[in-house]
Amino acid sequence: MTLPQVDLRIILPEITVGIAVAVVMVWAAFLPQDRQRLLRWVSGIALLLALLEVFVVSGGAAFGGMYVRDSLTKSLQIIVMLTAILAVWMSGAYMERTRLETGEYYALLLSAALGALLMAASADLLLLFLGLETLSIPLYVLAAIARGDLRSQEAGMKYFLLGAFSTVFFLYGLALIFGAAGSTSLARVASAAGTGSPLLLAGIGLVTIGLAFKAAVVPFHAWAPDVYEGAPLPVAAYMSVIAKVGAFAAMIRVFVLALPGAVVPWGTALAVLSMMTMTLGNVAALLQSNLKRLLAYSSIAHAGFMLTGIIAANRAGTSAVVFYLLVYTLMTLGAFGVLLGLARRGEEADDISDLTGLAWRSPALAGAMTLFMASLAGLPPTAGFFAKLYVFSAVLDAGYVAVVIVAVLTSVVSAYYYLRVAYTMFIGQPSPEVEFVGGRWVSTAIIVTAAGVLLLGIIPAPVTTFLEQVADALK
Amino acid sequence: MEFVVFVVAAAGALAGGVGVIASRTPVRSALSLLLVLGNLAVMYLLLSAQFIAALQVIVYAGAIVVLFLFVIMLLHMRTGEGRVEKLRWQRPVSYVLSGVFLSALLWAIWTGTGTQVATSPAGFGTVESVGRSLFTTFLLPFEIASVVLLVGIIAAVVVGRPVVPPSARAHLPPPE
Repeated sequence: MTLPQVDLRIILPEITVGIAVAVVMVWAAFLPQDRQRLLRWVSGIALLLALLEVFVVSGGAAFGGMYVRDSLTKSLQIIVMLTAILAVWMSGAYMERTRLETGEYYALLLSAALGALLMAASADLLLLFLGLETLSIPLYVLAAIARGDLRSQEAGMKYFLLGAFSTVFFLYGLALIFGAAGSTSLARVASAAGTGSPLLLAGIGLVTIGLAFKAAVVPFHAWAPDVYEGAPLPVAAYMSVIAKVGAFAAMIRVFVLALPGAVVPWGTALAVLSMMTMTLGNVAALLQSNLKRLLAYSSIAHAGFMLTGIIAANRAGTSAVVFYLLVYTLMTLGAFGVLLGLARRGEEADDISDLTGLAWRSPALAGAMTLFMASLAGLPPTAGFFAKLYVFSAVLDAGYVAVVIVAVLTSVVSAYYYLRVAYTMFIGQPSPEVEFVGGRWVSTAIIVTAAGVLLLGIIPAPVTTFLEQVADALK
Repeated sequence: MEFVVFVVAAAGALAGGVGVIASRTPVRSALSLLLVLGNLAVMYLLLSAQFIAALQVIVYAGAIVVLFLFVIMLLHMRTGEGRVEKLRWQRPVSYVLSGVFLSALLWAIWTGTGTQVATSPAGFGTVESVGRSLFTTFLLPFEIASVVLLVGIIAAVVVGRPVVPPSARAHLPPPE
């Protein structure tokens, strides 16, 4: 029996994060409750180290072509690391305040990042599935980590049951694809797609359902508002970004790079899904008074916007989706960061009315929130504007006019509810019950994300040029 | 002969599947699941996947069903009866949707098996070939699976640990 040539250097970032999970978990057992904040540093440094390694480690394919580290992998993994670092950075104060800061929290956060890293690098459906599970299982538990809170428990349970159900779809699809193609390798699946076997098509459809659930695409979105509302604030922030990054990384790998659109008509199917997602996400967000629910519907709407870049299935579409993911990470984590900085009598200040008059008491915080809301709505000169511009122009080039019309119309609708949040901060008297509790870590995280949103909104060219080169290198 | 075994096993698995969802008491559902899993093991044997068949009996039929029974015993100690259903209109809708889903899948499999289906290599399904592919072709997924299991253990620790009551928390030093 010949053992395979294994070069572990190529998966160094994943190994680093994996070791960090174990170290955090073991170390936590020896630290008293009041010193668990040390683990924040351990996780943060491990993630920074892994981020450094993403830049340093040379590319290529490994493990029989199952794992591929190309420039797309690198850019997606950088976004994953950025998300995880910001999440660790912002959640510390909240977790300490609510006495939830334990080693398990950081270990689960890191393992979810590990799953997203793997999804970004999979060239094989089996590895993609395992990455998806490594990403999902920690998120189920993180949603329920506030054990004393019934809403958190409900969120965890709901997410777990529905998530497990969607996993079954993914696995069933994987089995059908394996039956039709004889392999789970994306390259082999793509070449087998030429036969147009119904078995393969059914398999791809089922795999799509599994991924659409993770990205909260309508009609597989029903879990999102309840889970976001029930989960502790930092967890909701982290999960709204990391699950999207993983799911859209997988969609780029499976649809744009592997499956020829001429043979498998996935473009039309995803176009219908994206139009439904944009419409329902934006219209339902109009009715929300709870900020976490509003951001949940906003995340659904943004999944629809990002999906349009996937449908485009061209060079511009791929780079636009990656750019959108980066911008989405910054503006969503920024908006959640502002909420993390506030508290209503020690509870989460998650109602829109809690923001009343905020601008007169903490102008900087209100200014940052206004910036994030403007970016989420896609107004210039924020990064959200360019993110939308790029995906929409990519999908217009691909000839999906109806999708662009729906996208632009729903963007206009979205401006109403985002700006309503901003408007609330500038009217009325501030409630004495709501106070700023963020501390310097949350403040710096808000400053960093706000700077990113502004910088990418004013001079997006360096990043977009780089991402275009990434997309060029792929085909 | 093979066909007869298949029909018997398939009928058993179907009966078990209906039993899982139709039984009123959870214990009967769990035991019906045992029937499903046992019959599936026979199917795996028919498909020349001996190793998977053995695992199916040991892990699923053995360990997992026993675990289910333990959980049911702990949760519903007296009667073992579940709660009354509250969702009314979802039931007919779910019948229709799952009917559509089933016919779509059946159609795909019906028309799909006519075309070229991948063939299994020689020695497929033995312990040796499964082990060989686990440590060569599927080395990375095999390792990642261990990470998934680790995450599962951490998850069990988080979910299973008792909630710290507020009175106990008062003894902790206040956060800075």
